[in-house]
Amino acid sequence: MPQTRTLNINGESKAVDVPDDMPLLWVLRDVLAMTGTKFGCGIAQCGACTVHLEGKAVRSCVLPVSAVGERAVTTIEAVGNSPAGARVQKAWLELEVVQCGYCQSGQIMSASALLTRTPAPDDADIDAAMAGNICRCGTYVRIREAVKRAAADRAAS
Amino acid sequence: MHASKRISLSPSRREFIKSAAASGFLLAFYVPAHAVNEPEQAPDDTKGKFVPNAFIRIDKSGTTTLVMPQVEMGQGIYTGVAMILAEELDADPAKILLEHAPSNEKFYTNPLLGIQATGGSTSLRAFWMPLRTAGATARAMLVQAAAQQWHVEPASCTTSRGEVSHAASNRKLSYGALIDAAGRITPPKNVPLKDPAKFVLVGTPQKRFDTPNKVNGKVIYGIDAMVPGMQFATLAACPVFGGKVAHVDDAAAKALPGVRQVIVLDNLVAVVGDHMWAVKKGLEALKISWAEGEHAKLSSTDIWEDIRSASHKDGVIAKTQGDVEKGLSKGQRFEADYELPFLAHATMEPLNCMVWLKEDSCELWLGTQIIARVQQTTAALTGLPIDKVTVHNHLIGGGFGRRLEPDMALNAVRIAQHMKGVPVKVVWTREEDIQQDIYRPIYRNVISASLADGKVAAWKYKVCGASIIARWLPPGFQKGIDGDAVDSAVDMPYDIPDFQVQYLRVEPRAVPTGWWRGVGPNNNVFAIESFMDELARKAAKDPIAFRRDMLGKQPRLLAALDLVAAKSDWGKPLPSRVGRGVCVQPSFGSFIATVVEAEVDQHGEVLLRRVTTAVDVGTLVNPDSVEAQLQGGLVFGLTAALYGEITIKKGRVEQSNFNDYRMLRIDQMPKIDVHLIKSGEPPGGVGETGTTAGPPALRNAIFAATGIALKRLPIDRNLLAGSTRA
Repeated sequence: MPQTRTLNINGESKAVDVPDDMPLLWVLRDVLAMTGTKFGCGIAQCGACTVHLEGKAVRSCVLPVSAVGERAVTTIEAVGNSPAGARVQKAWLELEVVQCGYCQSGQIMSASALLTRTPAPDDADIDAAMAGNICRCGTYVRIREAVKRAAADRAAS
Repeated sequence: MHASKRISLSPSRREFIKSAAASGFLLAFYVPAHAVNEPEQAPDDTKGKFVPNAFIRIDKSGTTTLVMPQVEMGQGIYTGVAMILAEELDADPAKILLEHAPSNEKFYTNPLLGIQATGGSTSLRAFWMPLRTAGATARAMLVQAAAQQWHVEPASCTTSRGEVSHAASNRKLSYGALIDAAGRITPPKNVPLKDPAKFVLVGTPQKRFDTPNKVNGKVIYGIDAMVPGMQFATLAACPVFGGKVAHVDDAAAKALPGVRQVIVLDNLVAVVGDHMWAVKKGLEALKISWAEGEHAKLSSTDIWEDIRSASHKDGVIAKTQGDVEKGLSKGQRFEADYELPFLAHATMEPLNCMVWLKEDSCELWLGTQIIARVQQTTAALTGLPIDKVTVHNHLIGGGFGRRLEPDMALNAVRIAQHMKGVPVKVVWTREEDIQQDIYRPIYRNVISASLADGKVAAWKYKVCGASIIARWLPPGFQKGIDGDAVDSAVDMPYDIPDFQVQYLRVEPRAVPTGWWRGVGPNNNVFAIESFMDELARKAAKDPIAFRRDMLGKQPRLLAALDLVAAKSDWGKPLPSRVGRGVCVQPSFGSFIATVVEAEVDQHGEVLLRRVTTAVDVGTLVNPDSVEAQLQGGLVFGLTAALYGEITIKKGRVEQSNFNDYRMLRIDQMPKIDVHLIKSGEPPGGVGETGTTAGPPALRNAIFAATGIALKRLPIDRNLLAGSTRA
């Protein structure tokens, strides 16, 4: 049954009154009107809904809100506040990765979690971290380049 | 160039979120959808502005609003259109705003399609001259206005970055200062266009207008639109093609928190409630009995039997030259059949549409490739006058032809007819999106050819498949011939003396079919280029050398082929079970040659190693976008070749989501090298040419690696398992 709970999203407390089993994705999109996080498949197959839970990339479409607790959630709307997220967004624009853009929130969340964990990823690291994110426009070539650009950006700075 | 207008969260939205969080009550919230749209929905706001034509509006501050006649689905067309208009107008790139075109067939009809639609890689081919003319005409009016004021000859004035200058008297006026005077001038005819050698924007890599808000979560697609007091809905249509709802037990669904209403229509059931999770669970809790109807036992096998047996008949002759039967009787004769499967679109943004149906008006929010048709069909369905139906278009999270249909809007309107004036956003689950698609049709191509002196002497080619045109644009279907179905077959590039193309319309039972990225050429280029490789082998010639000898009348294609041969290391030795395959095509007004290098392992798994493509698309408006479209289009086509097939069992689509309708992922990606050839020709299409090129090149690489001549897609791993190099 619905109950009031407080979520920690992008550093702000958000009180919501939703069922325990409601995936975080729908709380973000339909209750909090934070539509940057996307619905793609609902079964953790495409990665469009990726957010960070305590800095780790998770699929919000299968993450019940009751399992989130007080842990920090970061979404695409605020990922640019982290150094890795800002570098990823910058690299994405510099290399013009984006086409339709619908999957790119998820791609950017996966890439920034990767760079936080592995500052200088090789191709195998990129494959492992990004293979859960589908892009129908086929921007993969540029995603790979942009992850490397963002990593190099850190090395340079 | 950049968009000067980046709309941040509106105050009302911030306040809403804050107050909602405090109260914990979030049912009715106010987020004006258009206020967070980017670029903004076009308002009918031309007052006080210089409006020389349907594409350009300039206000007193010099702010230049460009109205986009084609929709942005990721292909970069907004930036391309803006570059062309700004080029001829000599606009100040820092003062440009973009707007979606409203539904208006008078102003925004695509001249190549005859309706207001975006598709078929036609945008730049259709609008290149109209946009240049619009920009140049507006510029001429501004120049004339300045010249009148200064009492000088217009020819003595120049323009740059939103200003008219008269160098001799060292005077300048901004476009903003000239709008009133320019507005009084009758638009001149036959204005000279800019010399392409003087282009400052066109041909240079420009940053896209639409991408900054696509990396920070601010972009609003149709699925993100919200209005005051809205509710959410999802739906289940009868899983059997053509079936209806027999009975619904909705007691359990209605007992769920957040479920407000269950709406039963003839062929679908929708659950309405407070959020997508409530209505998704509500849908699962429904007990629906379906009246499955006549297709309850239909399977893919039945549909393939239909088309295979029909394909023995003659088709309608779409093109003929020489005497094909006589030509086939000479030399060595070969025959082959090629088949392509049903495909779903699987746009990343699942189908959706929000509708607010009131007594005397209707508003829709969605991303569509056919805004005018959505408006017209909504008016017809509701009985409202057309001017009472407003369609708000959005940036689109993947079109690929799926959004050339209005069904997602019509279903949402039918649901809204039960909403008593409450707005409702209908979002399809991914399962519904895959299982209620309008599919790329199956095709079967029957080819006979003869070889003489190492060349193809005669070619008889029959396309068997559905006619999308006959349903979608009936006037385009004439005398039994579907121009799309034979596209790239009637105009194949090879110089063959005796030649005939036939079209045989075979509509698959029950399965609805529609446009899919690459359209007719996908099928024809696959069949033609596959058979060319087999014929090359029969002639004991290298596949590229064999093609070269028949491309004497195709200098642009020949140049692309020679470039790709050099860049792909064609002819250099490869390890065992690795092969290179080539594909050439002049489709969509662009000339492209592609080489795929692939490996086939012992289990029949295919590994993409490298893709090289050389393309002459005519004038490169935004070279970076052309490269991106080639890269992405190749991935789209290769995905289909490797995995794509929709199958039918018991009248139902068997696939349901990305777990069983597979997509190429980054860990399977080869290197893709795109080589752009500079050209002064008008722009060709780029959105689909890569999609069409990938599958035959891959198929021919597999042929080179294994000697197995695949006759259908997707590739059959069982056939390839354990095979040896030819």
